[in-house]
Amino acid sequence: MSIIRVENLVKKFGNITAVNDISFKVEEGTIFGFLGPNGAGKTTTINILCTLLSPTSGRALVAGYDCMKEPASVRKSIGIVFQDTTLDKDLTAYENLVFHAYLYDVPKIEMKDRVNDVLNFVDLYNRKDDTVKKFSGGMKRRLEVARGLIHRPRVLFLDEPTLGLDPQSRNNLWEFIAELPKKHAVTIFMTTHYLEEAEVCDRIAIIDNGKIIATGTPDELKKIVGGDVVYIRTSDNVNAKREIQRSFGFDVLEKEGELYMTCSMGDTCIPEMIRTIGEKVLTVRLQRPTLNDVFLKLTGKAIREEEVSGEGSILESIRAYRRRH
Amino acid sequence: MEFNAIYVIVARELKKFLREKSRLFSAIARPLLWLFIVGAGISRLVPRDTGMPYTQFIFPGIIGMTILFSSMFSSISIIWDKEFGFMKEILVAPVSRTSIVVGKALSGTIVSTIQASVILALFPFLGFQLSLIQIMLVLLICVSVSFCISSFGIVLATFYESYESFSVIMNFIIMPMFFLSGAMYPVKLLPDILKIVAQLNPLTYGIDALKHAIFPDGMGQMSPDFSLLSCASVIIGTSLVFVFVASRSFERKG
Repeated sequence: MSIIRVENLVKKFGNITAVNDISFKVEEGTIFGFLGPNGAGKTTTINILCTLLSPTSGRALVAGYDCMKEPASVRKSIGIVFQDTTLDKDLTAYENLVFHAYLYDVPKIEMKDRVNDVLNFVDLYNRKDDTVKKFSGGMKRRLEVARGLIHRPRVLFLDEPTLGLDPQSRNNLWEFIAELPKKHAVTIFMTTHYLEEAEVCDRIAIIDNGKIIATGTPDELKKIVGGDVVYIRTSDNVNAKREIQRSFGFDVLEKEGELYMTCSMGDTCIPEMIRTIGEKVLTVRLQRPTLNDVFLKLTGKAIREEEVSGEGSILESIRAYRRRH
Repeated sequence: MEFNAIYVIVARELKKFLREKSRLFSAIARPLLWLFIVGAGISRLVPRDTGMPYTQFIFPGIIGMTILFSSMFSSISIIWDKEFGFMKEILVAPVSRTSIVVGKALSGTIVSTIQASVILALFPFLGFQLSLIQIMLVLLICVSVSFCISSFGIVLATFYESYESFSVIMNFIIMPMFFLSGAMYPVKLLPDILKIVAQLNPLTYGIDALKHAIFPDGMGQMSPDFSLLSCASVIIGTSLVFVFVASRSFERKG
């Protein structure tokens, strides 16, 4: 059964289209990843699914409820960890969780047990009486995940859960998230712009400029790239490019002075290539397909460079729009 | 309305209030200053034959001032919650917007009533003799006026995102509300234009109700300006309007 169904969802902020006619389904008990650069429309989609925003048009169903028509039922069925912390720093970890339990009408007799259970699960039980302002970034994130689980939601939304964490806490958090569907019978819907993190997902949708440009399992998506990527730096890129194209028929592209092409068997391809273009070769490297290559292949740009250039302005214009309205 | 949600919103606010003891002291310092310094100074200018000493006349107004400041500033918690993201935690919960507004307004009500009671406890020093019934009535009025002004503060707070802009607008609104409320001088003595503005100010009716309770046989210029019934209806009516408007304005935007 699909626990999330999104049909032709559109969200416009003034004349900016943040989400442009997207449709997808998420199966129950899976980890679904929404992958794309900042400003691609990920958070807007999450906010619509969480009933914080109304879409311009289209339909979204979560746990069988319409996000527009039955927001209260949707809210009961979901837990959310936002991009920015939403804990009360002046309250203790325990108080934050009890606050949440009351808001979600958890039966009083179960409240204490449930709060202690999730605290144990995220390994914060012995810090439960400390105020949250004493917590590190990773601990806060874990506490927020714990909070999102107290009312036993059917879907847990994680918006960029590892943003701002150091690599070690990031890894810990991912191991922890990967266990959630089994241990808590919950479906995970998460967004990230770290491609390596999307590997834990059962299915991924890649979103760019408000449109979904591909969906599939991580392996299926990597097949889009069509094999390994070979990067070659030469002393004469123009001629080397021509020679490789003539002898191997590859589609050779150039980026930052480096030629790159995809071939099914990179290991055997490289020696042949070196024999062909000979002394021009300066450096060679081989990359097994990653999701970054998928993104590169689909959009013609790396996900990280997008992060620095265009998107800032889109986010800014959305914020400016929302300030005016 | 979800009573568990209202309960926990109030409990959180009170817990935070009790942890910040300095807030209580600073909130009480202001009315004391007005009562014993400004009041004592102005009383020298006021003729003695107006019915009662000026420091007694402003007593209901100073209780009203305590409520005004404390209720309006309690709505700042909404701005902080927005700024630190906690508001999102509340807004995505399966809780009606009315419950959120009522919870926040009740928090403001309790905090304001506590502070107003501290000021009220000074009545023997001002030469008043209040019966137990009068004291109960004053407390009841304090609760209703605090709820009314707190929900008004919440209406304002729903429109602002940052502390800076909100505190500017607060200072811009609070002082005129105080001076045009009959706290320092009877509304009936005001020039016509100011009288109209004072009549649009819900605090005017709150302070007038307090005057009814504290000096029921006030005479002449110092007597209350409106009937107790009209005061009660205005306070209850505007409270309902403020709660309604604030709930609507909390609904999802965009």
